[in-house]
Amino acid sequence: MPSLSIHAGGLDLANPVLLAAGILGTTGASLCRAARSGAGGVVTKSVGSTPREGHPGPCIVAVQGGLLNAMGLPNPSYRNFQEEIDAARLAGVPVIASIFGSSPAEFAQIARSLKADAFELNLSCPHAEKFGSELGRYPDMVESVTGAVKAAADVPVWVKLTPNTADILELGLAAQRGGASAVVAINTLKAMAIDIESGYPILGNRFGGLSGPAIKPVAVRCAYDLASQLEIPVIGVGGISSWEDAAEMIMAGARAVQVGTALQDGYGIFKDIASGLERYLERKSMSLEDLCGLAWRGKQH
Amino acid sequence: MRHISSIIKEVRSEASLIRTFRLDRELNPTPGQYLMLWIRGVDEIPMSFSGPDSITVQSVGQATEALFKMGAGSSVGLRGPLGNGFVLQGKRILLIGGGVGSAPLAFLGEKARSEGMLVTSLLGFRSKDDIIFQERFEALGDVVITTDDGSSGIAGRASAGLKEFSLFDFDQIYLCGPEMMMWDVISRTREHAAKTQACINRYFKCAAGVCGSCCLDPDGIRVCLEGPVITADRLLESEFGRYRRGPTGEKGPCRG
Repeated sequence: MPSLSIHAGGLDLANPVLLAAGILGTTGASLCRAARSGAGGVVTKSVGSTPREGHPGPCIVAVQGGLLNAMGLPNPSYRNFQEEIDAARLAGVPVIASIFGSSPAEFAQIARSLKADAFELNLSCPHAEKFGSELGRYPDMVESVTGAVKAAADVPVWVKLTPNTADILELGLAAQRGGASAVVAINTLKAMAIDIESGYPILGNRFGGLSGPAIKPVAVRCAYDLASQLEIPVIGVGGISSWEDAAEMIMAGARAVQVGTALQDGYGIFKDIASGLERYLERKSMSLEDLCGLAWRGKQH
Repeated sequence: MRHISSIIKEVRSEASLIRTFRLDRELNPTPGQYLMLWIRGVDEIPMSFSGPDSITVQSVGQATEALFKMGAGSSVGLRGPLGNGFVLQGKRILLIGGGVGSAPLAFLGEKARSEGMLVTSLLGFRSKDDIIFQERFEALGDVVITTDDGSSGIAGRASAGLKEFSLFDFDQIYLCGPEMMMWDVISRTREHAAKTQACINRYFKCAAGVCGSCCLDPDGIRVCLEGPVITADRLLESEFGRYRRGPTGEKGPCRG
């Protein structure tokens, strides 16, 4: 079988299929379970500097083609999170800590205080006031947050980008200037759903972020634009639910992929994607490297 | 699972802070399953079924207080039934309930009786004024009641009633109540853990198995999806009865 191991964003991964941030990442035990189910790496739930309970419910709405969520960044603060990261690391795959803050200094403080294999900067959550995409839609802010964390941390820094912008490439270039080891694209698309019986927006926060198969073509386009223009690698995320989706994302130029919403069908998704990719590469007599960015052929730079 | 709208058909008071809400539709739940009840403009909370079309609720916070202001004809949102539910096995079963946790067991007992099983119940309450569904349980078979203050039945917690039975007589034991009451029972009846099914509670946020807020240490069982019914042998080796995570994900003490 062809090898799926890959070096991406400063990490050595046994396979390119990772657990995405915000999915089953609150406890060390659930992160371990994802790793033992075949994830090549796991990203934690985002942690900030103070405990947050998140938004009132409903926090999730099933819509056609995916899920709409507004969790509201619930987290126990980084001060109560190291033990979960340490427990997750026992599974033997890289543990990437997702962190959020409202300023470069706040991000840097968290990065200085946590030990993880890498950091993923949440500059893209679309539904939390003062955090996420409220900073991450400004290229200058993306650059300065990335620079501040880079200076504070001695591990790779990944930057998760928002698609809720006119030009995601500008955000990717800003992350690269700030010293990021990779960009992760994309976070959820800002969205809402209304209960027609009552007229209430269903989410407790009124609006939230759309994930799942509905956003995959958007994510593929973002990965394609970013990967063909940046020097740092792109980690592709958004609606990946099968090995075919993963292959498509890698052809768009992603070095690795993350899976989130598809976990609602079970932890088996990691092995399904990895074994499907292996069989595909064998059938095509290709390596993972060959696949990466194949869709750029004929593109004028 | 999509949200649907439902009208409350009837509200019945069971005890001072406990009411049963009958809904205008049968959702065909298995006893032990739950629904996510959306009180519009307030919050969404998990509630066990106490019958094929009803939930029985104790007023404990903002969302349940808002629900208690609603009467017949009010509309609520919901999604469900969710989770795994109890599995009925054997010929003779024992139900062990604590407080409002007795509600899903009354529903389970009625299903068991209709399938010809022999049903015995051990029910613990704070005092005689807090007893719910006594007639429902008495219609199923023998009932032993305990109260913390001794105002009815045996004085003490539900576990004080265990000496009334030989647990070897039962093919399966079903448990639901406050966490420390359930812990008290399963830690005293370890040799029966493999045949004890407990309906437990953790902080549910998505109730779809994706957010991770309800995962149980050390195996990461997603209680909202792979529970809320879990066998006691798995619980004995878990965080259950020792700590639980709250809305922020921080560990805290178990209640009740």
